[in-house]
Amino acid sequence: MNNSILDQIPRLPVSEWMANIITWLTQNLSWFFGAIRDGGAWLMDGITDLLLFIPPLLFIVLLVALAYFAGRKKLGLPVFTLLGLLYIHNQGLWDPLMYTITLVLVASLLSILIGVPVGIWMAKSRTANWIITPILDFMQTMPAFVYLIPAVAFFGIGMVPGVFSAVIFALPPTVRFTNLGIRQVPDEMIEAAESFGSTGSQRLFKVELPLAKPTIMAGINQTVLLALSMVVIASMIGAPGLGERVINALQRAQVGPGFVAGFALVVLAIILDRVLQGFNKSDN
Amino acid sequence: MLTTKVEIQNLTKIFGKKERQALELVKKGHSKEDILEKTGATVGVNKASFKVEQGEIFVIMGLSGSGKSTLVRMLNRLIEPTEGNILIDGDDIAKMDKEQLRKVRREKVSMVFQNFGLFPHRTILENTEYGLEVQGVDKAERQEKAERALDNAGLLPYKNQRPNQLSGGMQQRVGLARALANDPEILLMDEAFSALDPLIRRDMQDELLEMQDTMHKTIIFITHDLNESLRIGDRIAIMKDGEVVQVGTGEEILTNPANEYVERFVEDVDRSKVLTAENIMERPQTLRIKQSGPRVAMQRMKADNLSSMLVVDKNNVLKGYVTDEDVLEAVKQDKKDLQEIVRTDIPKVHKETLIHELYDVIHNSQTPVAIVDGEDKLLGIVIRGLVLGALVKEREEETVDEQ
Repeated sequence: MNNSILDQIPRLPVSEWMANIITWLTQNLSWFFGAIRDGGAWLMDGITDLLLFIPPLLFIVLLVALAYFAGRKKLGLPVFTLLGLLYIHNQGLWDPLMYTITLVLVASLLSILIGVPVGIWMAKSRTANWIITPILDFMQTMPAFVYLIPAVAFFGIGMVPGVFSAVIFALPPTVRFTNLGIRQVPDEMIEAAESFGSTGSQRLFKVELPLAKPTIMAGINQTVLLALSMVVIASMIGAPGLGERVINALQRAQVGPGFVAGFALVVLAIILDRVLQGFNKSDN
Repeated sequence: MLTTKVEIQNLTKIFGKKERQALELVKKGHSKEDILEKTGATVGVNKASFKVEQGEIFVIMGLSGSGKSTLVRMLNRLIEPTEGNILIDGDDIAKMDKEQLRKVRREKVSMVFQNFGLFPHRTILENTEYGLEVQGVDKAERQEKAERALDNAGLLPYKNQRPNQLSGGMQQRVGLARALANDPEILLMDEAFSALDPLIRRDMQDELLEMQDTMHKTIIFITHDLNESLRIGDRIAIMKDGEVVQVGTGEEILTNPANEYVERFVEDVDRSKVLTAENIMERPQTLRIKQSGPRVAMQRMKADNLSSMLVVDKNNVLKGYVTDEDVLEAVKQDKKDLQEIVRTDIPKVHKETLIHELYDVIHNSQTPVAIVDGEDKLLGIVIRGLVLGALVKEREEETVDEQ
């Protein structure tokens, strides 16, 4: 009875609208998406080939050295890095690891290249802040899987749609933390910069960005980890790498191989997180 | 012949949304509370006008909330004035576009901040050259100028340190050196010494006066401290609720307060009453009770020609004093510990003690008087000569006044 009035309201065709938008974009901008797909695939194949070209032993030594310096020359992190990478190689996951690293690298770099300027813009413009904040909320609350659908529509399957969805998913922390970091610069620093006659860009590059750097780096750290989690999910649309192994194991209900690849992802995540945090701390 | 360097005319600042409406009320002479109630807008500065002469130290004094910090920030437009004129060498700062304003900030007006405003990510040298750097002066030249400014402040050895490695007093010297590095004509100093402890603060006031003797800058100095105003100001403007209530020399303000507010402010300011122990105390030579023995004591007394020294513990809590005779005796007897010869009959007073009260204390004492805080921590020392000097000076001034 109570529902009768509500039932009178016709169903809004939200689903059709979204589908139409995506179809329209796919049809009319196919040249654009095609160019990105081909260029992106070429670039990422190149990076992966380069990484695979490096002998695994040398790669491990380099990463352990990096971990050593990032961890302020303490032993914990380099030892973990060494054992973790040996484990991954030992389990025959070296090639997928390189694919995953390529995806995370490209997705993170794109997120930073887009995110930092957008964050600065938000810190400077109240209007930009007002418009972009709800978009970021939307990007972060939408279930990550949903991004896979337009990604496939635009770019087909493979690495490029994987990176596309990962960037959408991983971008918000960098934007938010850049915005926050710049807004948190103490008033007296701004006044000092202004009182000496700094131009807007001098103030930004000589005072605001350096002072906001620790906060921005914290955002980038989160972005990298979110990118990693998303490139795993993107294996559902054919992104290669460690995630692919997990998905395969899931589809065949193979507990063993699933955990083997899962552990490898944990190792990678911990190394990425600690190394980035280490460099951020040693800078201050 | 005096020339006017800075002149402000009817300078007004209103914070809040209903700016225009509040401005009308300001013009009709409504009070600050009245306007806040009617419009919700706060009057920061209310039709302030005064002239600052070339080469003088002009002090703007008022309690917190009186609008003095807002006023000084309007002089270089860190805060945009709502209405009024700011003339520097006859040019109206308030009407300048961004480019002209930047030129004034770079070449004419520098600012020193209460909490120093040093950039924590830059070294002392890099901080000092900031003003020149934004002007596009090339690296070699700006470093040379910055180094000269630091050298004048005695800070050159610290040029590669970061601000947080320096004490408050040193940081503010850097702040001052940075402001002077681009050789401005006008210095704005916003409570520049208020964050420093009393002794350092007096040193800084002395240094500023000394510097002014040779440099002849036009200095606009903000403070809430009457003693500081009287000490360094050629002329003083007193502010209350955003209004300038009186402008004059220290003497004029003390002898002829413009209204009840000023009168209350400067109440009882004859020198002996307003001068407190804090104003005349000196940095004491102290011995640490655990670390120093009689030999150290003897060595230092000899070096500085002292007949007694104060003894403190590691938290700077006053334990007493030792005399040269006792120390000599202890060294002869080969004692290792100061504890045995510390005398505790030293008079202690708080820093608010007025000097004519101090005179009574010191008159009956063989030792200097220690100035301590509520926890018995040593702040400074007053010796007999200082009290007498201060009192004599006061007597002389009274005589001059009578004539």
